[in-house]
Amino acid sequence: MSHVLHTTFIPTTKTSLRRQFRKIHHNPTAGRIQIQSKIREIFMPALSSTMTEGKIVSWVKSEGDKLSKGESVVVVESDKADMDVESFYDGYLASIIVEEGLSAPIGSPIALLAESEDEIALAKSQTPSSSTAADAASEKDTTTTNTDDGVAAVASVKVSTTSSTAVDLGSVKVGSGVHLASEGGKRVVASPYAKKLAKELGLDLSGVVGSGPNGRVVAKDVEAAVVAAANVSVSGTGPAVAPEAAKSSGRAVVELGSVVPFTTMQGAVSRNMVESLSVPTFRVGYTITTDALDALYKKIKSKGVTMTALLAKATALALVKHPVVNSSCRDGKSFTYNSQINIAVAVAIDGGLITPVLQDADKIDLYSLSRKWKELVDKARAKQLQPHEYNSGTFTLSNLGMFGVDRFDAILPPGTGAIMAIGASQPSLIGNKDGRIGLKSQMQVNVTADHRVIYGADLAAFLQTLAIIIEDPKDLTL
Amino acid sequence: MQSAISLSLSPSSSITRSDCSVAANAYLCTPRSLRFCGLRRKVFESKSFHSLKVSTRLVPCSRESNFNKVCAALQSNGTPSKGGFDYDLVIIGAGVGGHGAALHAVEKGLKTAIIEGDVIGGTCVNRGCVPSKALLAVSGRMRELQNEHHMKSFGLQVAAAGYDRQGVADHANNLASKIRSNLTNSMKALGVDILTGTGTILGPQKLKFGKGGSGDTFVTAKDIIIATGSVPLVPKGIEVDGKSVITSDHALKLEFVPEWIAIVGSGYIGLEFSDVYTALGSEVTFIEALDQLMPGFDPEIGKLAQRVLINPRKIDYHTGVFASKITPAKDGKPVIIELIDAKTKEPKGTVEVDAALIATGRAPFTQGLGLENINVQTQRGFVPVDERMRVIDANGMLVPHLYCIGDANGKLMLAHAASAQGISVVEQVSGNDHVLNHLSIPAACFTHPEISMVGLTEPQAREKAEKEGFEMSITKTSFKANTKALAENEGEGLAKLIYRPDTGEILGVHIFGMHAADLIHEASNAIAMGTRIQDLKFAVHAHPTLSEVLDELFKSAKVKVNSSSPIAQPVAV
Repeated sequence: MSHVLHTTFIPTTKTSLRRQFRKIHHNPTAGRIQIQSKIREIFMPALSSTMTEGKIVSWVKSEGDKLSKGESVVVVESDKADMDVESFYDGYLASIIVEEGLSAPIGSPIALLAESEDEIALAKSQTPSSSTAADAASEKDTTTTNTDDGVAAVASVKVSTTSSTAVDLGSVKVGSGVHLASEGGKRVVASPYAKKLAKELGLDLSGVVGSGPNGRVVAKDVEAAVVAAANVSVSGTGPAVAPEAAKSSGRAVVELGSVVPFTTMQGAVSRNMVESLSVPTFRVGYTITTDALDALYKKIKSKGVTMTALLAKATALALVKHPVVNSSCRDGKSFTYNSQINIAVAVAIDGGLITPVLQDADKIDLYSLSRKWKELVDKARAKQLQPHEYNSGTFTLSNLGMFGVDRFDAILPPGTGAIMAIGASQPSLIGNKDGRIGLKSQMQVNVTADHRVIYGADLAAFLQTLAIIIEDPKDLTL
Repeated sequence: MQSAISLSLSPSSSITRSDCSVAANAYLCTPRSLRFCGLRRKVFESKSFHSLKVSTRLVPCSRESNFNKVCAALQSNGTPSKGGFDYDLVIIGAGVGGHGAALHAVEKGLKTAIIEGDVIGGTCVNRGCVPSKALLAVSGRMRELQNEHHMKSFGLQVAAAGYDRQGVADHANNLASKIRSNLTNSMKALGVDILTGTGTILGPQKLKFGKGGSGDTFVTAKDIIIATGSVPLVPKGIEVDGKSVITSDHALKLEFVPEWIAIVGSGYIGLEFSDVYTALGSEVTFIEALDQLMPGFDPEIGKLAQRVLINPRKIDYHTGVFASKITPAKDGKPVIIELIDAKTKEPKGTVEVDAALIATGRAPFTQGLGLENINVQTQRGFVPVDERMRVIDANGMLVPHLYCIGDANGKLMLAHAASAQGISVVEQVSGNDHVLNHLSIPAACFTHPEISMVGLTEPQAREKAEKEGFEMSITKTSFKANTKALAENEGEGLAKLIYRPDTGEILGVHIFGMHAADLIHEASNAIAMGTRIQDLKFAVHAHPTLSEVLDELFKSAKVKVNSSSPIAQPVAV
């Protein structure tokens, strides 16, 4: 579980973040041998576990100044604090690569340190221009200094060594509800800590449903929203339809026998997992024959229709007839009937997971829906999904069928009423009432729902409707 | 019994030795510790109080000369000097300022009375520094216990820390009543007449006190000190209901801990309460009219404080805005705060919170003082005074025999400043001219970590240096390098010295870090005594202590003159 979260979709990941990993695993002695010149880079340090880039507040020293070990060189503003960065070496500040007021990703060089005055000129000649500083990290090899040394400056403050594993989940939200205290959604009322947390986790607060007094967004809601996507992954829904699903994510190397504390994010997941226990969920399964659906799919596949779109469309049409299954319970006292039917579908990306949303899946025709889905997947791969494209789901689909999983169940993402786990469609021998035996393809679906608003009979009726639609799918193409 | 006597009298006798040049032996019955606010010295104070009682009882059987004098001071509270006045000195207001003045007056042999219409101790003891320190003591511990990282780095394991609100509130309340009774007892013990009621000045050297109406008592006094203090300032448009919209008076009772509280004003009071509330689990929104938080602090210290005290905590803020209207919570609606731009007055939105604390400063409490009877016009409520605390009337003339100290004059609204001003006035009425150097009065904010300062801030010093044409230098040391601070895992901190390299004069010292409020006195005493840095450099500090931060600070200053103190005679050890 932890490794899945570790590598959760990171929309704002800087190349430097990965480079940081490399640097850590790099064999330092190999680099040392190569040292030719005595010019060192000063790197943007990781000042906090959530920091991905830092802004240069001010250079304490100017170019040409002599530095002694332990002296402050630069003040860096991270997401948490302004901190003095000290030099680990004596020398001269030869060249400033990132000027005051500009930002650089962690691990990228922000200045060059020459060991002697004579080398200042040499260092200067190696300085990339400030404008490209942000890219400098990814072009490490183009700077001819001994970056492999991997040392230079580090923050004088105590920085957790696990900071390189910073997991910035990016913006993930659940629910499309409007904040009660927000004048029709124009204004977000969020507590100071909720705001701070949202900023830290890169979450857009507009659309997060508040559970605090007067409907205000509190820290718990932010954590819940952030965890929503992770939640889906935790529930085992894992990779979905898209072909990239097969691409297995690199497992983080863990030291056996060690106890690794949760990161902030994992702590949040943990809390929310525990909190999910406060939602009284139950599960109802159903076996649906898919021969007709498969046939339809074969027929219209050439027109760009995907199975995901078909399943989403079928689900949406069933939800039209059962609005309660598309509802959610936000305050423990009322039903929130969503005006739209937005089908969120779990997709694995880069070892992480996100839930792009097919909005108004009941109204949009199958072909448009398929095009939309392709667009969403492309955007997700390019990490360009806009918040409303992955946080507005009212019902979630999770499909592990492509792995041959025949049945599983999912944990309900906070803020929604139900999630459906879809297993593989497999040929089965079926005995009919009229005594005939035939081979039919069947798949098992399993819906997890919040029993405060959705009752067993509701789900049963919904699943029956869904089965009818899938078993006679002609309506899907209308 | 005998041993008790010798023990209890030892403080006063030691003072006799050290102080003999300053005052006549006769009135040295007051241990030094009693002179000041006494807030941080309850142990000492009660002990000395006890000692005085013992000595009184023993008078008849023990006719030692020293005792005689003690008794004289105790029993007579001085005798009014010639002129037919009821008292030599009447102080209106028994806060820390009045108390400090009263004790010093008795020491000086003046017949003294103090008029109090409310409770002894004033704001500081009952609704200010004292109960807030109790709350801050709790918040500091909570903060530590909640800081898992911090605890872990000590190798400590602490289960989830929690608190009982009523228990915390009781601690603050108990502390206030304890200090209040200490204060009352210390004055009673010295024979200060405590007159109950509202004091009103009727004319020069004449006043009345009582509950108003015909029951008032008239008294005359050779000199009068106004020490009526202040009340929380509530700007227009803000409705204080004492429940959801509160001032520090209410907040110190800690009747509830809101989930989200807006604090209007980010000065000392606001900052300290933000420390308390966030430690107890509240989230805080600061509303500050100026463009930056913590105005009044040295900018560099303010910036660092923001990094440590604001940014990592559950606090956000709006700066450059006024709270133009605050409506208390009612009918299930939250507290609504309307914001306007401080400069353009344009609306800047609203904030909805569970509670709002008004910490916009304090307004002088001078109503009913009868200032009109002596032709004194207050300025924004403050009583105008000169540098000797002598009251100035509407024509710009000094009002004879009338002084005003403490928050009521607005010079420096700190308890210990009031006390120092009171002592300065008593010195003057006793015939010794005295002018208090306000730049030597330290100030402290008891956040975690603490902030303290004395003298000028960097911009103030720079301006002064430019105007007077002298060179100004700055040196800084960090707590990061201090052994004791590191042992405590409290390396975050900075001490900053602003000084004149040509003379070695200290212009200002600012400290942010662990126990900063206790550390500042080395600097404030140096300023008060005129000690120069070149001499301080030779002072020895115990190792390892936090005081070495200042030691290092003084040593790092580059002063162009050498130590001026004469070479001491060798002392055999």
